[in-house]
Amino acid sequence: MNDALDVAVRLLIVFGLFLVLPLVVGQTEHKVMAHMQGRLGPMYAGGFHGWAQLVADGVKFAQKEDVVPKDADRRVFQIAPAVALLPYLLVLLAIPIGPSEGAVGQVVDAGIFFVLAVMGVGVLGSLMAGWASANKFSLLGGLRTAAQLLAYELPMLLAAASVAMAAGTVSLPGILNAFEWWWLPWQIVGAIVFFVAGLAELQRPPFDMPVADSEIIFGAYTEYTGLRFALFLLAEYAGIVVLCGLTTVLFLGGWHGPFGADGLGWVWTLLKTAVLAFVVIWLRVTYPRLREDQLQKLAWTTLVPLALAQIALTGIVKVAIQ
Amino acid sequence: MPIPGSGLAKGLAVTLRTMTRKTVTAQYPDVQPELPPRTRGVIGLFEENCTVCMLCARECPDWCIYIDSHKETVPPAAPGGRERSRNVLDRFAIDFSLCMYCGICIEVCPFDALFWSPEFEYAETDIHELTHERDKLREWMWTVPEPPALDPKAEEPKEIAAARKAAEKAAEKAAAEAAAQAQAQDEAEAQSQAQEEQQ
Repeated sequence: MNDALDVAVRLLIVFGLFLVLPLVVGQTEHKVMAHMQGRLGPMYAGGFHGWAQLVADGVKFAQKEDVVPKDADRRVFQIAPAVALLPYLLVLLAIPIGPSEGAVGQVVDAGIFFVLAVMGVGVLGSLMAGWASANKFSLLGGLRTAAQLLAYELPMLLAAASVAMAAGTVSLPGILNAFEWWWLPWQIVGAIVFFVAGLAELQRPPFDMPVADSEIIFGAYTEYTGLRFALFLLAEYAGIVVLCGLTTVLFLGGWHGPFGADGLGWVWTLLKTAVLAFVVIWLRVTYPRLREDQLQKLAWTTLVPLALAQIALTGIVKVAIQ
Repeated sequence: MPIPGSGLAKGLAVTLRTMTRKTVTAQYPDVQPELPPRTRGVIGLFEENCTVCMLCARECPDWCIYIDSHKETVPPAAPGGRERSRNVLDRFAIDFSLCMYCGICIEVCPFDALFWSPEFEYAETDIHELTHERDKLREWMWTVPEPPALDPKAEEPKEIAAARKAAEKAAEKAAAEAAAQAQAQDEAEAQSQAQEEQQ
């Protein structure tokens, strides 16, 4: 009975974080992007600097009609948003935010494997949506998503493998227990490769070729309305939270900090995640969209070699210090 | 050769710098805009100055000014004088759905009865309601700002120049009269002195 209660509480907390954190990131994006463009952003919803803008958006989405196109593959079309969203919830479950046993939803022994495999499933949601919509723009978007997934999954996995090699374990808390501060410069190339590849996998600007709203309407999400569309958007922001959390855990030392590491480890994790989320928004505001061929070129000629070089470096250093 | 990636860093610096600066958003309904002097918002009528000369209505390229008037006779000012007739304004309306804000009516008014007001919030839901009558036009007169100060070293306004010249002329005349009077007095004194010596 006690075990069941424990599981229920953990699930509730993770679910709460899953609902709140993406909205916080979304609101931050509204405001940061606005100010980076010399604007104010939302100012009315909720009264104080538009803090309730995303709540208002949610209400609006809930009121909209849920339309399924006549020629669409009905079942697949309707399931796709859930397929896009749920993997991120599962990944969030496995990310440790503090050193204690209670600070992780569920300790998974093969943490990296689990996390990366499940994150890959998230992209399938876009693929399903693109294929099932019976719309040429959706199909184009879906195919671009597939191409992007193929190109960027590889450097992401290689960069993560480098950390696993360094720590000698694939468990996320295990990696953090083995973390030393000098891993930061040691793994910096891997960190950048992982972060950039993760951005591409989330289809965030400047890697938003699959949704490229000025040329293929909204890619795989073209035919979606109302709540299902909102779920896709939520998946994007949940993806940001998960990617930033994972980068923090794998490369930035998670709960380790210069001071106050004992009771306040989770603060460090959240702080690092927040800074990375800011960087995600910052990159979006700064750079124009990469063309499809530039996108592929970046992955195959830059990120993959860099990730391989990082693995080689990790191996050499690992052997040297033993 | 520039360092690889310096362009990317420059882009990031630009967005970050913009974030720390003040935004340019105008929060209009909450904060009124600061309009420049001589803003062409709406045309106000100072009807006390209007003599119904009809110049504005005739010069208006859009024919959007409507004026009605009648004549009244005024009793003679002095007994035995002639009765005078005077124009009385009955209606003065401007159709702002036709007006193109050229300001010719204001330029042409010889009696300073029309003015630009910066007031701009007079949208209506029906186009017919954009024809504003004299009471509304008179109300807008209260929003007409003081004319902006002249530039330093600018030419004097004509009215002031004329008044100053008149005042100077009057002062000169008075001075000349005083001088003439003093001379006459001196002469008279000299004469009386001469007479005394003779005696």
